[in-house]
Amino acid sequence: MINLVEVQGYARIIMTIVLVIILYGYILHLYRSEKKGERDYEKYGKIALDDDITSTPVEKNPNLHQKKEGEK
Amino acid sequence: MQSNAALEYDYSVAKLFTYATILFGILGMSVGVLIAAQLAFPELNYLFGEYGTFSRLRPVHTNTVIFGFMISGIWATYYYLSQRVLKVSMAESKFLMFIGKLHFWLYFVGALAAVVSLLLGISASKEYAEFEWPIDIVIVLVWVLWGISMFGLIGIRREKSLYISMWYFIATFLGVAMLYLFNNMEVPTYFVSGGIGSIMNSVSMYSGTNDALVQWWYGHNAVAFVFTVPIIAMNYYFLPKESGQAIYSYKLSLLSFWGLMFVYLWAGSHHLIYSTVPDWMQTMGSIFSVILILPSWGSAINMLLTMKGEWNQLTENPIIKLLVLGSTFYMLSTIEGPIQSIKSVNAIAHFTDWIPGHVHDGVLGWVGFMTFAGLLHMAPRMFKREIHSKKLIELQFWLQTTGIVLYFTAMWIAGITQGMMWRAVDEYGNLMYSFIDTVAALHPYWVIRTLAGVLYLSGVFIFAYNMIKTMTSSKELAQEPKNQSPMAA
Repeated sequence: MINLVEVQGYARIIMTIVLVIILYGYILHLYRSEKKGERDYEKYGKIALDDDITSTPVEKNPNLHQKKEGEK
Repeated sequence: MQSNAALEYDYSVAKLFTYATILFGILGMSVGVLIAAQLAFPELNYLFGEYGTFSRLRPVHTNTVIFGFMISGIWATYYYLSQRVLKVSMAESKFLMFIGKLHFWLYFVGALAAVVSLLLGISASKEYAEFEWPIDIVIVLVWVLWGISMFGLIGIRREKSLYISMWYFIATFLGVAMLYLFNNMEVPTYFVSGGIGSIMNSVSMYSGTNDALVQWWYGHNAVAFVFTVPIIAMNYYFLPKESGQAIYSYKLSLLSFWGLMFVYLWAGSHHLIYSTVPDWMQTMGSIFSVILILPSWGSAINMLLTMKGEWNQLTENPIIKLLVLGSTFYMLSTIEGPIQSIKSVNAIAHFTDWIPGHVHDGVLGWVGFMTFAGLLHMAPRMFKREIHSKKLIELQFWLQTTGIVLYFTAMWIAGITQGMMWRAVDEYGNLMYSFIDTVAALHPYWVIRTLAGVLYLSGVFIFAYNMIKTMTSSKELAQEPKNQSPMAA
């Protein structure tokens, strides 16, 4: 008969495998989407370099923009 | 569109946390040097009566450097860089400004009360979780205020994408919240003893092996979410900004982030190898610790490669020196930890001086250097003055580097000697050495550790002096520096 400690052990191994698949899936997703030209992740590195309050954001926050427009 | 003509980043909260970092750094590390000296020269235990004993001061040292120096350092850098990477000023929201200031003052009063409570011997007796429940409640409130502050600022940001440093700060917030709440579940002994216990003294709601497991799940992940995750957040901002080079690979920073989140939480059980926890859990703790090398080195290599083609800056700019050597110490520490967690190595290393040796090459080299570098980078921008002295940063760097090397080499030798002596048996299987034999053999290394501590602490005083002079009397700057921080020779 399987006791609770063994169940915990098996649960942890299964969870680990699932998480590994998710993690590798994420890596594939990152590289694929960049290869297909859907995303350019490296541009986000510029956020730290060009960080004056007057600098143009790398990607403008649309929510804030809409809110400000709406307020007007 | 909103006019940004007169808008500036508001560093008032970052400045407050900067002062607290310097204050708690001096306090916590001075106590550290004293208790290192007490281990070498036990008569130093009797300088201040009961308030000066090693047992009373050791938690004061650990908690002051973790929850005083480091947490202040994290928040000083957070309140500085979060505005910049989100491209929004705290001055734009009176509410967030109020929350930020309340966050600091509640934290500061709570931290002082915590230090006093430990000096008075009020302790829950769990390592790194010694605070009794009233202080725990204050800490939870302080943490909630940080959450409101952070997510509030994220809510009004101009930059849509959250820079990688923000990911790490969010992980710090969530990680510590979860760990702290679960490990500090405690009940005052008054309620479990039919009224004869104390309201102020509490016991854990877990018992025996379960308590140990939760404690080390917390203890190890406190290292993860206070000493690693937010420090990576700092480095991913300060190294690119100071050097003028974007992160070598942004994708690698994302992979390392998720890798670290995935692996770190499982490694805590390596603190309980050869204990009463289930064997599979000990093995998994070892395995996950070894796998942890990958995301840790992923981040560290990414940091070092950021300097690709710009290594000349290492000789020209002492802040870059601190940042690069800090990253290197991160690599050293994250290879050493997994080695110690391998069962056969752990059989020798556990309970020996090698463990504090490992902790200190991480905290002094990685955490300390990153924090000093971050605050030095921030100073000219916050106070609009150049850094008082480049030579003093160089002096601090070399004193502290020498201190760290002396510290960990002494502790490596002491730890392995200690482990081997404890295990040594003669031809009949009798132990060859009694405990006091190991104490006598290790004495010289404990003296070296004290000397190492004095060197590092001298560097902290030099840093504090340099910062104070920068704040008060350095040459004023006409405009904010873009990258390399201006400093007088």
